[in-house]
Amino acid sequence: MSELLQHLVNGLSLGSVYALIALGYTMVYGVLQLINFAHAEVFMLGAFGGFYSARWLPAFREEPRFLAILVLSMAFCAGVGLAIERLAYRPLRDKPRLNALITAIGVSMLIQAVGQLPWFMGPSPQFFPTLLPNGPLVELGGVSITRLQAVSFVSALALMAALHRLIFHSRLGTAMRAVSFDSRVASLMGINPDRVIAFTFVLGSALAAAAGILVGMSYPRIEPMMGVMLGLKAFVAAVLGGIGNLKGAMAGGILIGLIEALVVGYGTSSYRDAVAFGILIFVLLVKPSGLFGRVATEKV
Amino acid sequence: MEAHGIPDGSATAELPPGNDALAIRMRSALPALVGVPAIALLAWLLPGTNDSYLVYVAGLAGINVVLAVSLNIVNGFTGQFSLGHAGFMAVGGYVAASITLAVGSRWQLAFLPAALSDGLLFFVATLAGGAAAGLAGLLVGLPSLRLRGDYLAIVTLGFGEIIRVLIENMQVVGGSTGLLGIPPSATLFWILLWIFVVVLWSKRLRASTHGRALLAVREDEVAAEAMGVDTTGYKVRAFVVSSFFAGVAGSLLGHYLQLLSPRDFTFLKSIEVVAMVVLGGLGSISGAVIAAVLLTILPEALRPLQDYTGLDFRMVIYSAMLVLLMLLRPRGLLGSRELWERRARRRAPPEAT
Repeated sequence: MSELLQHLVNGLSLGSVYALIALGYTMVYGVLQLINFAHAEVFMLGAFGGFYSARWLPAFREEPRFLAILVLSMAFCAGVGLAIERLAYRPLRDKPRLNALITAIGVSMLIQAVGQLPWFMGPSPQFFPTLLPNGPLVELGGVSITRLQAVSFVSALALMAALHRLIFHSRLGTAMRAVSFDSRVASLMGINPDRVIAFTFVLGSALAAAAGILVGMSYPRIEPMMGVMLGLKAFVAAVLGGIGNLKGAMAGGILIGLIEALVVGYGTSSYRDAVAFGILIFVLLVKPSGLFGRVATEKV
Repeated sequence: MEAHGIPDGSATAELPPGNDALAIRMRSALPALVGVPAIALLAWLLPGTNDSYLVYVAGLAGINVVLAVSLNIVNGFTGQFSLGHAGFMAVGGYVAASITLAVGSRWQLAFLPAALSDGLLFFVATLAGGAAAGLAGLLVGLPSLRLRGDYLAIVTLGFGEIIRVLIENMQVVGGSTGLLGIPPSATLFWILLWIFVVVLWSKRLRASTHGRALLAVREDEVAAEAMGVDTTGYKVRAFVVSSFFAGVAGSLLGHYLQLLSPRDFTFLKSIEVVAMVVLGGLGSISGAVIAAVLLTILPEALRPLQDYTGLDFRMVIYSAMLVLLMLLRPRGLLGSRELWERRARRRAPPEAT
């Protein structure tokens, strides 16, 4: 029993990170109908943003330093997301969606390949610095929650709450939802879709950066290719929850994290990557709109 | 070549009676009658094994041509975006190599000379590998091709990765170390022969009613469905054919390099093939051929630069090319035209969904 609880705790902290990344996929898909493959690379850049800003920031008290690093990396990635949208996706907005998809893959690979060049991050893994002291925080009947897990979960939850507030209780959030619902009608109502889309990229990229730092703290080996598998799983989480749906992305992320923790705990860890894709295929077979998604009808 | 259940509807509908019918049937058989001996002659003139660097690169380019032309059936003709080609390639390669490795030492047709017997075994193994990949394509395609748009890309990607993880965990085929000691049966003759088959097949496919249905799906899936085209059925069949040839290419690769490793069949391999199809122009067979050759030679030509700087620029150039191509020339080198079409028809670009 305590073993199961321990796996669930591990899964929750991993899942909250997946949820953060999945939110970026789902928001961009909501407004653009585009799978932003480069989102996984923004997440990777977030981890490296934390790595470099930790090197640059002097050691003062740990908690404010952690927050400063988080904010710096989020700001950096917001800029990256904005640049990607402006340079790669906006010129293709009125072109077939396949072109945008291929561009997304191209951008993703370009960031990976450039990152592997020695004058950027280099091909070999780097070790993420210890930002916060780790150690068991709570121990209850054989279940231990480490400080890192708690920080991970709480920061992810706080960010998601902030995002939720922003989207459902602010003018820009209302505009985002309007564009996501119908971009053309929204623009007739005086909303500038370009600005809204740019804002979506900023939000999603900042969340991905936060996820990158949380992952870097829990799994300290970071490398330019680290985004690929994690990004794909976060995308699976977004599809599982119903792509385009914010609550779905959060629930899907947590669910994928829990399932993965259980597979690693009770099964073989070598299949952990295959399981997420198995779930994806199962979901698409049974309920392609995802857990919370609505069925959209296409018209000629 | 029409034995795999793909009807070649180009000439069957309104055959004139008598001698003309025979002439038309002869004309459709002509490429095979001329092509196969020509390839045999060419392969006889060329060295049989990869004994020089140039021949080695030529073989790799040939295998990439098979891959690109086969992926073009799904990505180019049908407008569906598949990212799992490496997975199907792996299925075909591993099945074929397992067959030749298991049967090879014991199997010798007494009435045939050894070389011919080995060649026949290789051919059968390649067909089996292709069939296994086609079956995998059916299993992937049936559920996922009901979905529209980008979902197929992500599902095929997922399947490709699942296949790779499964192979890595299968000790029978060498696990993550790979399958070694495959006989070097894939000579230039076989590679040329399969290029011939896949090019001819996709050329005829496009001219057939089946191919026109695929093009209709590419232009507008909803409209095609409304016109009574069984879109899922056509897409699944195109997907199976494409996977079959991916499996063939996998078999060729395994028997060419004499080893197969799951590391060769990652997501990046699929992307490489996609890059070939996109560079050539989605839907253009000759474009896929040219792009496959170009993109095989490019990294080899860049090797001096790589030796000089000690950096691997290959992926940087690949991906930068993909992005720039999409931004500057979104329809690829040839668009959906072919080299053998003399006049470049000016018409609106096909809008893939």
